[in-house]
Amino acid sequence: MILVVDMNWKKESLSFYEFVLPIVTIAETQDECIIKHFLEVTNQDLSQCDRVILSGTALKDTATLGQPEKFMWLREIEKPVLGICAGMETIGVVFGMRLIRCLEIGMTQIKLLKENPLFYEDFKAYSLHGYCIEPSGDFEVWAKSTKCVQFINHKIKPIYGALFHPEVRNPELIKRFILLES
Amino acid sequence: MRLGVLFSGGKDSTLALHYASEKEEVICLITIISKNKESFMYHTPNIEISALQAEALELPQITKTTHGEKEKELSELEVAIAEAARKYQIEGVVTGAVESVYQAERVQYICNHLGLWCFNPLWKHDQKALLEELLEKRFKVIISGVFAYPLDEKWLGKQIDNKLIDRLVDLQQKYGLSPAGEGGEIETTVLDAPLFKKKIEVLDCSVEFKGNSGVFLIKQARLVSK
Repeated sequence: MILVVDMNWKKESLSFYEFVLPIVTIAETQDECIIKHFLEVTNQDLSQCDRVILSGTALKDTATLGQPEKFMWLREIEKPVLGICAGMETIGVVFGMRLIRCLEIGMTQIKLLKENPLFYEDFKAYSLHGYCIEPSGDFEVWAKSTKCVQFINHKIKPIYGALFHPEVRNPELIKRFILLES
Repeated sequence: MRLGVLFSGGKDSTLALHYASEKEEVICLITIISKNKESFMYHTPNIEISALQAEALELPQITKTTHGEKEKELSELEVAIAEAARKYQIEGVVTGAVESVYQAERVQYICNHLGLWCFNPLWKHDQKALLEELLEKRFKVIISGVFAYPLDEKWLGKQIDNKLIDRLVDLQQKYGLSPAGEGGEIETTVLDAPLFKKKIEVLDCSVEFKGNSGVFLIKQARLVSK
């Protein structure tokens, strides 16, 4: 089972359709999903699921970035986690990385820097972010755009972050994440 | 949150408005009338009917006309959105974008520039499901423009029903058309929707068809009680 965490500023927001549903539509082709708003994730949800996907949010929505204490479970979890856009930024904040203002909107060239099981070459992806992160030593960088770091992976744990939105033009990346061994 | 909806009067923007009204407060409509019939950005046939639709919705409408030159259309859109923000204190904008990264990206840039929220509630929706949802919610939608082979004049003015959805899905399988017309193959006009206080009655119309494209023009229409 996949736990999809709704990272929007409130539960059942208008952004839900845009940032959560498209991920769920792709994920459900591979496995059963449960959806929880970030303020309502319980220990039971985390122990029942096999993996976690953190959604993105609207450009103006920075709700999760100001509440890293709600995501302390990210430091403990041993299961695969994929943070998308605001999801990746939140992983960054929880692991003590610095957020930097960086605007990218639209199709962006993503350059592969390290061989990995989720994507195999350079590709184009849809970006919609107002911040990027400066990765800390616990993480390695798998891909970059001309402006910033686009994909990170924790060096020991199966925690991944995509700054772009794979649900828009790169659904295969989400499917491969779901098929990764946990 | 006070929102303005980018409104063309077609099925997508009207459905996006419906979603937005369920979650937030829709304060006004923002409509761009492009004089370029092949506008790259905006739904075109029967855009003038949108004033009647605004009246049916009992919402104020900000309208701007462009001549459809690429970058000018966008600056007109920014002017219209800025005016909506000033006049009606909207905090965000809603679009009916489904698949078009181009369309979504442009509005995101404008909203970011103006400090507004941007919502695309139909983003990545399955196109067949979207058409079926219109029927479930009892929207009355007609096909007002066809712009790709093998669609012909027989489609113009037809109301979207289950049979028509099946035919569109069939064309998708045979010709790769997007069933909801997201690639610009079809344009639609909404004559009635759940939020309309009155519905639109077409009194006079004409069909223009040439080559592989045509439009159903509403020449005269009025609001009647539902």
